[in-house]
Amino acid sequence: MKKSVFFGALTLAGLGAGVAAAGTLDDVKARGKLNCGVTTGLVGFAAPDANGKWEGFDVGVCRAVAAAVLGDATAVEFVPTTGKTRFTALASGEIDMLARNTTWTFSRDVDLKFTFVGVNYYDGQGFMVPKDLGVSSAKELDGATVCIQTGTTTELNLADFFRANNISYEPVPIETNAEAQQQYLAGACDVYTTDASGLAATRATFEDPAGHVLLPEIISKEPLGPLVRHGDNEWEDVVRWTLNALITAEELGVTSTNIADMGAAAGSNPEVNRLLGTEGNLGEMLGLPADWAKNAIMAGGNYGELFEKNIGESTSIGLARGLNAQWTDGGLIYSPPFR
Amino acid sequence: MSDTHAETVAFVQDTTIPPAPPPAAETGIVKWLRENLFATPVNGLLTIAALYLIYLVLNVSLPWIFGGLWTTTSLAECREILQGKSAACFSVLTERWNQLLYGFKYPAEEYWRPNVAFVLLFVAAAPVLFFDLPRKLLIFTGLYPFIAYWLIWGGSALIPIVALLGILGGGLVYKQFVKTSFAAGFFGAIVTAFVIWIVAGMLIPENASENAMLPAVPSRDLGGFMLNMMLGVTCVSLSLPIGIALALGRQSDMPLIKWICVIFIEFIRGVPLITLLFVASVMLAYFFPPDSTVDLFLRVVIMITMFSSAYIAEVIRGGLAALPKGQYEGADSLGLDYAQAMQLIILPQALKISIPGIVNVAVGLFKDTTLVSVISMFDLVGMIRGPILASTEWNGVYWELLGFAALLFFVVCYGISQYSQWLERRLATDHR
Repeated sequence: MKKSVFFGALTLAGLGAGVAAAGTLDDVKARGKLNCGVTTGLVGFAAPDANGKWEGFDVGVCRAVAAAVLGDATAVEFVPTTGKTRFTALASGEIDMLARNTTWTFSRDVDLKFTFVGVNYYDGQGFMVPKDLGVSSAKELDGATVCIQTGTTTELNLADFFRANNISYEPVPIETNAEAQQQYLAGACDVYTTDASGLAATRATFEDPAGHVLLPEIISKEPLGPLVRHGDNEWEDVVRWTLNALITAEELGVTSTNIADMGAAAGSNPEVNRLLGTEGNLGEMLGLPADWAKNAIMAGGNYGELFEKNIGESTSIGLARGLNAQWTDGGLIYSPPFR
Repeated sequence: MSDTHAETVAFVQDTTIPPAPPPAAETGIVKWLRENLFATPVNGLLTIAALYLIYLVLNVSLPWIFGGLWTTTSLAECREILQGKSAACFSVLTERWNQLLYGFKYPAEEYWRPNVAFVLLFVAAAPVLFFDLPRKLLIFTGLYPFIAYWLIWGGSALIPIVALLGILGGGLVYKQFVKTSFAAGFFGAIVTAFVIWIVAGMLIPENASENAMLPAVPSRDLGGFMLNMMLGVTCVSLSLPIGIALALGRQSDMPLIKWICVIFIEFIRGVPLITLLFVASVMLAYFFPPDSTVDLFLRVVIMITMFSSAYIAEVIRGGLAALPKGQYEGADSLGLDYAQAMQLIILPQALKISIPGIVNVAVGLFKDTTLVSVISMFDLVGMIRGPILASTEWNGVYWELLGFAALLFFVVCYGISQYSQWLERRLATDHR
């Protein structure tokens, strides 16, 4: 007991020291590199390719922030984190921001003292079952064995859902998505549950994708987004508005192909001008150069381009925009105005 | 007399009968089969069952291995070519070969550096492992850690040179003072080493690593089987001397030393390795300021070394306990002091008894290095579980990758085990 109090005090002291240090924005500028926490590997969201270059949807956000702050999309040190190490890495200052398909929840925001700067993917927890099981609804899963990743919100959602529907299940705890895939295919569990995007990605790699179905129930809200530490509002603004810039760029039709023309001189649309820094002084307010948003968008394209290139319907993962369409197209992706 | 005798005996064999070949059932392969495989009906049945089992396994695995594809660029392409036939997709090994061996961030044009360090490792280890080799080779063994550090991490050559100078200086001071008092030599050596490190460390210019002959590679960029080898070799070679010191300390008459050793050993043995690794990667990050953290590789080496030295200490304590008391008393009666008695009489015998146990710990430790994958270091297993299986091309390849990992580990562990058996035969003095 005494020991834990002692370590707790030390931890708090460490946290206090982290908060009292200079602003993260200045640190990043001085270092010339952004330390960005990503997953150790999730298809479509973040994984290094054969040449060791990181690619993916979350990686795109890191690169955009690096481009906005440092003007160089490659000035990122990707720090791979697991589900268990990600929050300590951020809290201890090892990384400047975390873009690791992390669900925005009350307790993570309030209790763990992080700030979610927005949502880059609206996900929800779904179920995948083999077709032979003959199940068409999650409510028919009474007594099923369920493969579930430990240390994630999916674990808690699952317990809530089964309790609310008064049916029983037997959890098979697993560590990584790769392990889950193998367990599920080997028949160690009847059902695999995780975020619907993950299920789609997983099913796409099966030898016989048609032999497995995603059940219609989505049992949770999983807004995934990048996050930073509490208490550094300047840095928080930078990350938030970089993400918003990507979203607004798609809404206004600014793409990586036409941005060079649009950003060269002030055009007819004042919001585009403000976004790209040809008019007004939004960059200066953030403490960044005027072309910060232009650099961020040029790093990997606007939100829609990032989506299409990494997880969209043209890729093997084949996710539809769905909830993640722009608000003008009936989705939830919405950025406050740039003015 | 002789005539009579000649008539009573009808026939006398005057040559020896040529030796007949043994019966067919008592010779060659038939005999071996009969005695070893079909000695009794039950044995015969078991043999047939085992043969059938082997046939079943090989029937599936051999076509799978020999029908394997080596040149495709993704799992989907493999499946397309195989058209539902069962065969391996080894292309993942060829395409990600460098990542499996060196991790995904080690600069490709620098791969020769770990390779050279790996080859030199055998040169450095040879005189330690095979004591028939000329003793002069040990000089190279002593230099090897510094050479290997410089090769793998690169950067300024001054850093390993200063480290070497510090140790040499400490050694000289120890030699000077140890004759008068052990404590003076011991602490004098430590102080000298630190003074040299600090003074010389200030003399090394800040940007020495920038235009070094070998570009610097940070620890974060190490990975693959290289990382397992580095952790395994470093931790085994460090934990052996520390383990011996702890074992002797635990037997010491001085209460302070004895209790420090006992508490250290019992505490470390009571905590799972994975907990220590989490402490190394997660907790220590809180205690250091963000900019001045101790290198993660070093933290992990310290934790694994602590862990295995506690185990080795207990193995060696078993060896010490197995020696009859007469050996200790004999050493005392010859007038040897503690250091001489241990060096000349006790330890050679105790270590010989402990060899199987030490090798057991070493093999276990080498395999435990894969645990670093849970603290997001990309060793061989970390590479497989993380980046490779998460790539769109190779998501879903398991047997080929994990089989390859198993093969690499088997080769090393079997080598260690064979060496230890040779060593036991070489040191066997009792049944000559």
